[in-house]
Amino acid sequence: MSTEAIPAKLAEIIDDFQDLTEPDRLQLLLDFSRELPDLPERYGNHPELLEQVVECQSPLFLTMEIGEEPERPVHLFFSAPPEAPTTRGFAGVLLEGLDGLPAEEVLAVPDDVPDRLGLTRAITPLRMRGMSAMLGRIKRKIREAQ
Amino acid sequence: MTLAPDTQDKFAQYAHPERLVSTQWLADNLGREGLVVVESDEDVLLYETGHVPGAVKIDWHTDLNDEVTRDYIDGEGFARLLSAKGISRDTTVVIYGDKSNWWAAYALWVFTLFGHEDVRLLDGGRDKWVAEGRPMTTDRPEVATAEYPVVERDDAPIRAFLGDVLQHLGKPLIDVRSGDEYTGARTTMPAYPEEGALRGGHIPTAKSVPWARAAAEDGTFRTRAELDAIYREEAGLQDGDDVVAYCRIGERSSHTWFVLKHLLGFENVRNYDGSWTEWGNAVRVPIVRGSEPGEVPARSAQAAR
Repeated sequence: MSTEAIPAKLAEIIDDFQDLTEPDRLQLLLDFSRELPDLPERYGNHPELLEQVVECQSPLFLTMEIGEEPERPVHLFFSAPPEAPTTRGFAGVLLEGLDGLPAEEVLAVPDDVPDRLGLTRAITPLRMRGMSAMLGRIKRKIREAQ
Repeated sequence: MTLAPDTQDKFAQYAHPERLVSTQWLADNLGREGLVVVESDEDVLLYETGHVPGAVKIDWHTDLNDEVTRDYIDGEGFARLLSAKGISRDTTVVIYGDKSNWWAAYALWVFTLFGHEDVRLLDGGRDKWVAEGRPMTTDRPEVATAEYPVVERDDAPIRAFLGDVLQHLGKPLIDVRSGDEYTGARTTMPAYPEEGALRGGHIPTAKSVPWARAAAEDGTFRTRAELDAIYREEAGLQDGDDVVAYCRIGERSSHTWFVLKHLLGFENVRNYDGSWTEWGNAVRVPIVRGSEPGEVPARSAQAAR
């Protein structure tokens, strides 16, 4: 039943990346890294409420809040240290592209979305796996919550 | 033209003190002619968040690895890279990076494959420089292109291949991975991506000395006496030994290679960069599971060749 579709906001981000040269794409990822918001207090003071995404090269912690039926809007919360800007950048892209969307729309995001940012050559496939792992974890957690 | 070494007491205890500089030495020498500072990190974007003023970036994966073959760049590629970074054959190169210089040591080892003579590590790496509140900048340095000659890589003295390691069995091997990787409980570092090794365990007879034991809490190298206690007394290495170190893809073992070669003065130390991602997938190579080093299997060397 799940047809694949890229939500408008995320599609816009992908276009932004695609419009740039490779070095500028890295710069844009760095901007996302810088803009990743701090955790709200209810999580910042309770690291045990966060789950580590172990597939990422650097430590990344993730948690989610899923709202009421029928929409079940998904809210994402990420935490990664400043020494891990690539990981923070990936988190920033997913946050801006997916936060607040209905669960069904997040589940419909194609798994290969990270590859569409055009960063694979500059960052290497190995490092891109970190972002695929984050997206995979988000979808898995939504399914588990159903 | 190379710069004078850092002569502080701690370094004088090492076999080759000229391979290390302190943060103070670097601060005093920044901007000197004949010096190029290189940042080499695990995270491909970390340099862009701020780096030592004037430092250039070399990424282990996108700059030093061949894009297609599992190998390092060739002489022409290296000459192109270093020329673009403003490095000549006689430049003093100081490399620093994140995670106790883990990737910086890897870059230094690759520089050594090409015989670049004066290449040093910043003791304590990026973290120590930052912790001391020393200047960082996001300005891109203006690099005047240099002329680096095409020098073919000379792998044999410091690089071991699978066949070399099979021949080596019975001589000292150091496995620098985490304890669970050594026993075979897991095939990647805790909290790191699965890089696909089919089998877990270690190369028969390898002693387990996780690489980070060579680093103190502040990321600097442990003192000569502390390192001797770990590698000579505990792991049993002796003068004149022919040693091979390995990890998962050859990066962590570059750090141990640096310690054994330059700080403790072992002449014959090779890094097996194929490491567990090759050994753990190769057909009919011997593997030992569990916490004991294990024995040399009688016919192993013949079987896999």
